[in-house]
Amino acid sequence: MYKIVEKKVLNPTVIQLWIEAPLVANKAKPGQFIILRVDEDGERIPLTVAGVNKDNGTVKIIFQVVGGTTKKLSYKEEGEYIQDFVGPLGVATRLDGLKKVCIVGGGVGCAIAMPIAEALHEMGAHVTSIIGFRNKDLLILEDEFKACSDTLRVMTDDGSYGEHGNVTVPLKEMLEAGEKFDMIITIGPLIMMKFVVATAKPFGTPVTASMNPIMIDGTGMCGGCRLTLNVDGKKVTKFACVDGPDFNGYEIDFDEAMSRGRMYSDFERHAYENSCNLFKKEVQ
Amino acid sequence: MAKANMSLTRNEMPVQDAKVRAHNFDEVALGYTEAQAIDEANRCLNCKNMPCVVGCPVKIHIPEFISKIKEGDFEGAYQIITKSSSLPAVCGRVCPQETQCESKCVRGIKGESVGIGRLERFVADWHNTFCQEEPVRPQSNGHRVAIVGSGPSGLTCAGDLAKRGYDVTVYEALHTAGGVLVYGIPEFRLPKKIVAKEVDTLKKLGVHIETNVVIGKTLTIDELFEMGYEAVFVGSGAGLPNFMGIPGESFKGVYSANEFLTRSNLMKSYLQNPETPIMKGGKVAVVGGGNVAMDAARTALRLGAEKVYIVYRRSMDELPARKEEVEHAEEEGIEFRLLCNPTEILGYNNPDDARDPRNGFVTGMTCVKMELGEPDERGRRRPVVIPDSEFTIDVDTVIMSIGTSPNPLIKSTTEGLEVNRWGGIVVNEDGLTSKNAVYAGGDAVTGAATVISAMGAGKTAAKAIDDFLKK
Repeated sequence: MYKIVEKKVLNPTVIQLWIEAPLVANKAKPGQFIILRVDEDGERIPLTVAGVNKDNGTVKIIFQVVGGTTKKLSYKEEGEYIQDFVGPLGVATRLDGLKKVCIVGGGVGCAIAMPIAEALHEMGAHVTSIIGFRNKDLLILEDEFKACSDTLRVMTDDGSYGEHGNVTVPLKEMLEAGEKFDMIITIGPLIMMKFVVATAKPFGTPVTASMNPIMIDGTGMCGGCRLTLNVDGKKVTKFACVDGPDFNGYEIDFDEAMSRGRMYSDFERHAYENSCNLFKKEVQ
Repeated sequence: MAKANMSLTRNEMPVQDAKVRAHNFDEVALGYTEAQAIDEANRCLNCKNMPCVVGCPVKIHIPEFISKIKEGDFEGAYQIITKSSSLPAVCGRVCPQETQCESKCVRGIKGESVGIGRLERFVADWHNTFCQEEPVRPQSNGHRVAIVGSGPSGLTCAGDLAKRGYDVTVYEALHTAGGVLVYGIPEFRLPKKIVAKEVDTLKKLGVHIETNVVIGKTLTIDELFEMGYEAVFVGSGAGLPNFMGIPGESFKGVYSANEFLTRSNLMKSYLQNPETPIMKGGKVAVVGGGNVAMDAARTALRLGAEKVYIVYRRSMDELPARKEEVEHAEEEGIEFRLLCNPTEILGYNNPDDARDPRNGFVTGMTCVKMELGEPDERGRRRPVVIPDSEFTIDVDTVIMSIGTSPNPLIKSTTEGLEVNRWGGIVVNEDGLTSKNAVYAGGDAVTGAATVISAMGAGKTAAKAIDDFLKK
């Protein structure tokens, strides 16, 4: 069992937890993920590590309430325990040799982008961060990004905070103005990452995208997380859990990944609604 | 003692009726009664040269335990089996006895061999039902050994070392111990409570089990030595599932057998209101002919599929699955499409509506017919495509069960660990790897094989580790 030592609600649907898991805290690097189960018989879900504290052996995760499992996790309070917590899994984001990087985060993906921006900043790299949200209420981690970015652009789809528009607007603007990034690292909804790649393409800037497909074991056993890369005109199957989660953005078949991501969307909706009903009963 | 039973046929195993069991996850085989067990035991001639023992990868003293059954001393029989096997209730159910101990049985020359596997199962179940005695924890010898993976090889190695007084810790990546016995083999063939009971017995012998630790990620093998372990056994199992590399394998509804079985078994999607989803119902094609393919097909049937096909490119004679499993599958109504090989998986695409929720789901599978040509280097006749034989079967789910490749996690984080060109860990006859004090066995070494051969490897390594640390 793994103890929740701190809980913070970042916005109405996004929650941050610090969880006691010394072995994971000791090893986790930016870009890696963990898999957790809230309770016995619970589903295994992957979440990217949003930070670690080696001194007290805790790991930070940030998640959005989207389905039954994340709903259940959101009810857990400080001092309570979750059943399982395993990691760090996947390959850490490759940061060696990067001097000027643009981080493009969308929604809760910003939580995953955050430790990468921090690590780059600590390495002495020049960090430009573009973070986008649907609206002001969903904004997270603005101060944290401010602290580790040389330039920060905050975007909202409806213009209720920061600049109006999506993340590709300032990215395109900067690239057109002649900014040369060693790498664009993008983390967020698949459709956003797809458009980040499309925006960068005319300029030839390398793009790393962090994928978060459906997974079970996370150790290369089930193959559920497979995705297709187009490498030099050839289709190659890769497993996000052991080969990723980071991939060359130009090679990823985003349309297929989006389709596969919706495999259980009906089931998820039911699970979410059922857990809502249970919660309502508890409240009464 | 009762008179020898000279019947040419063995006592039949009572089973659940095929029509009933096709809709439930309860165990198919029900086990012998005491009377049946004694009657079957009396068929054993107690041969002096014990050919059956030669056929057993863990060398169970078979005639000896069967003699105890003849006397009605079932606990005595159990004590003899456990001297050689840490998991008798498991082996009695999933070992391919027909190609091992039973294939060497003298009674099999003229008639059927003694039902050794059925007797082993009977003895183990009898012990688990009636014996409350706690296993005795041996005197510690002060040496520490780490085991990677809690599947059949790891549990066997752990059990053997614990019985010799070693302080053993088993690290398991998943949340439950048992490896393939838990995530792979379905409830109707190996009830999970039996695996849990065997794991519990090991814990009582003093074995520590640490779940949620991925060796190669959470801790490395080198760190295990820094932590004070003096030897390490790697039984991390098979890894990445193979796909065919044909178009359409990324459509929704295409699973690897590993994923399909893990969802159903480990994550319990077969229960009424599971939290882990699985595609149920419809028409299902399982590609492959091994035991895993049979397990996947029969699981799909029990989850409510209206039709389940096994699609295999060779003929019935070459099916690698156990005969008993094939027979059970046929009885349950699974259709075998033999000499048949998929070339493409078809998916739904509504050209007028990109947001149609049915888009990207499997609708069918195109196959070609095959015939058997010349034998290959292993003597198996090679399947050859019959020209212009293409046809399509309507299916909603396709389960690929065509083997796995070893898991790269440990190799990539362990310096000096040699692997072969298929990625299997290289070991000598004692299970020793290219790295000092690191041993390995099971599927991580051989690629996909059987539970009992993994147990045999765990046993060999345990003895080698004991010899090494006693020096």
